[in-house]
Amino acid sequence: MKTLDRESAASASSVSGPPSSVEYVVDRGFRFLARLGVWLVLVLLGMILWEIGGKGWAGVRDYGLGFLTSSTWDVGRGQFGILPHIWGTLVSSLLALAIGGFFGVAMAIFLTQDFLAPRLAQIFRTVVELLAAIPSVVYGLWGLFFVVPAIRPVAAWLHAKLGWIPFFGSTLSGPGMAPAALVLAIMILPTVAAISQDALRLVPYKIKEAAYGMGTTRWEAILKVMLPTASTGIFGSLVLGFGRALGETMALAMLIGNSNQISLSFFSPANTLAALLALNFPEAGKREVEVLMYATLVLLAITLAVNMVGEGIMRLASRKARA
Amino acid sequence: MKRLALSLVAITLVVAVTAPSTSAQDTVRLTGSGATFPFPLYAAWFKAFSAKNKTITVDYQGKGSGAGIRDFMNRTVDFAASDAAMTDEEISKVNGGVLLLPMTGGEIVLAYNVPGNPKNLKLPRDVYTAIFLGKITKWSDPKIKAANPGVSLPDQDITVVRRADSSGTTFVFTTHLAAVSEEWAKGPGVGTTVNWPKSDKFVASPKNDGVSATIKQTPGAIGYLEYAFAKFAKLDTALVQNRAGHYVAPGGEGGPAALGSVKLPPDLRAWVSDPTDAKAYPIATYTWLLFYKEGKDPKKAAAMRDLVEFCLTEGQKTSAQMGYIPLPPSVVDVVRKASAAIR
Repeated sequence: MKTLDRESAASASSVSGPPSSVEYVVDRGFRFLARLGVWLVLVLLGMILWEIGGKGWAGVRDYGLGFLTSSTWDVGRGQFGILPHIWGTLVSSLLALAIGGFFGVAMAIFLTQDFLAPRLAQIFRTVVELLAAIPSVVYGLWGLFFVVPAIRPVAAWLHAKLGWIPFFGSTLSGPGMAPAALVLAIMILPTVAAISQDALRLVPYKIKEAAYGMGTTRWEAILKVMLPTASTGIFGSLVLGFGRALGETMALAMLIGNSNQISLSFFSPANTLAALLALNFPEAGKREVEVLMYATLVLLAITLAVNMVGEGIMRLASRKARA
Repeated sequence: MKRLALSLVAITLVVAVTAPSTSAQDTVRLTGSGATFPFPLYAAWFKAFSAKNKTITVDYQGKGSGAGIRDFMNRTVDFAASDAAMTDEEISKVNGGVLLLPMTGGEIVLAYNVPGNPKNLKLPRDVYTAIFLGKITKWSDPKIKAANPGVSLPDQDITVVRRADSSGTTFVFTTHLAAVSEEWAKGPGVGTTVNWPKSDKFVASPKNDGVSATIKQTPGAIGYLEYAFAKFAKLDTALVQNRAGHYVAPGGEGGPAALGSVKLPPDLRAWVSDPTDAKAYPIATYTWLLFYKEGKDPKKAAAMRDLVEFCLTEGQKTSAQMGYIPLPPSVVDVVRKASAAIR
C-alpha cells in the first residue's frame, strides 16, 4: 500500500511522467508546422523559378547561348547580350570579396581574440553590425559624394605612374569599377565580420590555452590554431558575403557607371546584372521583359553555382581537417 | 480608465465635426501613375486642386512613362501620364479609345561641369552631336573654342553622363539628335534606351537626380536632363544652337516657341524633334495625360474633366516658375475642347 502511494505521488509531481494528450497534440502540431515550413520554402522557390522561367522562356528560345556571349544591349534593334554584365558582376563581387573579406576576418580576429576589453569589443561589434542596417541607396549616394572624390587623386596618380598595368589603364572619370567595388566591400563587411566572429567564438578556449601551453606566441596561436579550427565558419561567411555582393543592386546602379563594356581597368565604368534588371524593368516592353527574365535566370544560376562551389570547398576542407 | 473615456469622447467629437463636410459618398478618389519628369509639377497641381475641391482627392505616382502606360492598359488607374505619349499598338489595345492631352512641356538641357566654371557655353549643332557620339573628347577641342571666343577652356577629358534607366528623356533627346545628325540616326538611333558609343568616358546614372549628381561630382562632365532638375540642382547649362542658327538658353521664351512651332494633329500626338522657329529652344517636348474615352464611373470622369480644366487655367500659371513650359494659348483651347471627351 505504501509503495503505491509513493508512486502516485511521484507521478503527480515528477516531470518524467508519460506525455499527456495535450503534449501529444502540441508535439504533432509543431512537427507538422516545421515540415510545412520546409516544404513552403521549396514551393516558393519553385514558384519563383516557374514564374521567371515562364516569362523568360521566349527570351531563352530566341536568343539562346549567344545572349551570354554578346555585348550589345539595343532595345530598338532587338539585340541583347549580357557578357559585360556577367563580367562586371563577377569582377565587382570578387574585388569586394577580396577587400571586404580581408578586413572582415581581420576585424573578427581583433574583436574576439582578447585585443580589447570585452565591453569595448561589444561596442565595436554593434557599430559594425549597424553598417548592415544602412539602406543601399544611402551607400550609393555616399559613394557618389564621398568615395569618388576621395579616390580620384589616388586613381589619377596610379594611372600616371602605373598606367602600363592594365588594371590602371584608364583614368577615373567618376562612377566606375573601383568606387563600386570599394562601397560593395563595405556593404558585405558586416556579414563577413559577424559570421566570422561567431565561428571564432565557437572555438573552445581550451584549444587556445593548449596552444599557449605548447609555447606558441599569440600570433602563432591565432594564425596556426584558431583560424584553421574556425576555417569552415569563416569560409561560410565569405560565401555568404559573395552571394550578397552578387545580388546587390541600387548602390551599384549608382556607382558602377552602367556601361556595357568589358575593361580590365578598375577605373573604367562597367555594368552588373542586378543593376541592369533594376534599371530596365520599370519601362521595359514585352520583348525586353523576356530577355530581362532570361538575365534573371543567369543571375540565379551564377548565385547557385557560387553557393554549390562554396559548399563543396567547405566539405572538402572539413574532411581534410578531420583526417 | 478616466483618461480612456476622455480620449474616446474627444475622438467622437472630432469625427462628428469632420464627418459632415466630407462624407464618404461624395468623395471621389482619382489615382494615376506614370511619367517622373513632370511629377513635381503634377504633384503641386493636384495638391492645389484637391485643396480647392474638397470632395476630390488625386493620387499620382511617378513610376515612369512605361509603367504608367502599362497600368493604364491594365485599367488599374483612372488616368496615366507619359512623356512618350502612346504608340498606335498600345492605343489599339484600350477598349473604347484613349484621349491623349498635352498638359505641359519640358526642355532638355545640356548641363556641364567644366573646371573654371565658364557660364553659358555655346554648343553648335555639330559639336554636341559629336560629343554624344564620342567624337569630340576634350573641352579644349578647336570646334568648342571657335564657338566660344574669349572663354578659357581647360585641356580636360569630356565625360558624357547619360541615363542608365530607360526613360522618356532619353527618347526625346535621341529623337532630336537623330533629326540633327544622320550619323546618330544610323548609329545609336532613337529610343528610351539606345546603344551608346562604348567608351571609358561614357557613364550612366539612374534617373534625372542621378545624372545631375554625377555631373556635379565629375569635373569635365556633360549630360542631358530635364530643365527643371538642372535648375533645381543649380547646374550650368549650355546655350544650344537651334535650326535657325541661333544660340538659345533654356527656361526662357525658347520653350513656348518650340512647342508653338509644331502643329498638333487631331490625336494631339506630336514630336518637337527639331523646331524651325528662330527663337525656339531646340530640344523640347510635350508631355501627356492619358484618359479613357469610355471609363467606368461617370462621377470620376466629371472630376477628371474638372481636373483638366484646373490644370489648363490655374496650372499653366505655375509651370514656368517650376521649370516647365506653359502651353501656348492656342494649344490650351484645343486641349480644352478635346477634354470634353473624357467619359
